[in-house]
Amino acid sequence: MKMVAAAKLKRAQDSAEKGRPYSEKMNNIILNLSEGISDKENAPKLLSGTGKDQIHLCVVMTSDRGLCGGFNSNIIKKAKSYFSKLSSEGKELKIITVGSKGNDQLKRFFGDKIIENISFKNSKNANFFNAEKVSKIIIEKFQKEEFDICTIFFNQFKNVITQIPQAQQIIPLKTDIDDKEKSEDNYEFEPDEDEILTNLLPKNISTQIFKAMLENSASEQGARMSAMDNATRNAGEMVDKLTIEYNRSRQAAITKELIEIISGAESL
Amino acid sequence: MSEEFKLEVVNPEKSFLSKEDVTEVVVPAFEGEMGILKDHISIISFLKPGMIKIYSKLGEEKYYVEDGIIEFKNNNLSILTSSIFNIKDMEKSKIDEMLRVAEKETAKDNISDQAKYLIDQKIEVLRNIN
Repeated sequence: MKMVAAAKLKRAQDSAEKGRPYSEKMNNIILNLSEGISDKENAPKLLSGTGKDQIHLCVVMTSDRGLCGGFNSNIIKKAKSYFSKLSSEGKELKIITVGSKGNDQLKRFFGDKIIENISFKNSKNANFFNAEKVSKIIIEKFQKEEFDICTIFFNQFKNVITQIPQAQQIIPLKTDIDDKEKSEDNYEFEPDEDEILTNLLPKNISTQIFKAMLENSASEQGARMSAMDNATRNAGEMVDKLTIEYNRSRQAAITKELIEIISGAESL
Repeated sequence: MSEEFKLEVVNPEKSFLSKEDVTEVVVPAFEGEMGILKDHISIISFLKPGMIKIYSKLGEEKYYVEDGIIEFKNNNLSILTSSIFNIKDMEKSKIDEMLRVAEKETAKDNISDQAKYLIDQKIEVLRNIN
């Protein structure tokens, strides 16, 4: 299983890395746009939010399969601590789970909060189409004003042994960039900023979710690989220990038999 | 003085195309076709279904896109799109299929004017390719 995970990891890691430029560029453009927007008060709701923060929607993205070490439980742990923080502040909580493992673990404690469970068990690799499905659901709910703030939980792939659970707020979009990163270019927009933003923001949500999916699938394989590597090593150690024990007890039996024969012969 | 600039086409899965030596790119911007040459002013725009034409020393390349965003800055043109196809690789059967889906879509009466406009555009472009 380690070998299988290693092979899959390569592919997942590749696509995670290849997917990064798109989401980064998209983010950049949106940041530039939101800077340039003329009328901040009438900005699209997806950017500015509903003005409240009472109802939180959390999208917890996990894998569909187990045997991958702490991968799922890390996300769940992060999500749970966020949930309890929310409830201590008296906020309302709604959960969408992506991936069946997260649903399994969360429904015991937060079963009544889960409003949707999405699983892509049948599709092998993360693809953009799936991400669009998820984002469509989210945007629909947002337009019906079912929540005010949306946060996604996923594991960011750092390397094979480190995956960092992340909480990223996607609605309203956070635009807290450092001043030095701000570009001073004046863009020309066609059509105007507001219209571009209205079209772009839903797309950005799909992109962010897709990015999360890619990071997640790379992380999953990485976590599985190291978990299975550990398991193989532990099993190997156990085999060594048991072999020694087996040899010892066999030797003990032989010795005992020899002693019996010798002492029998001596007594004659 | 060279008349070339950099072009990068990215889709969500990977960097689709990257070229250092394009001389002109024509994109189907939302409000009409737009030709971009070197030293164009910084611009952000988004695309409607149509053809991207890329001109370089080697000649002309054509791509079909359904949507996307373009950003031009410091002689770097980035095109972000989730659906792009090289015209050469598009088979007739596939185009027919796409046409059929689009025609079905436009026949619905509950779509917004903007959506209808986009789909009509798409149908027109696809018919032209055919």
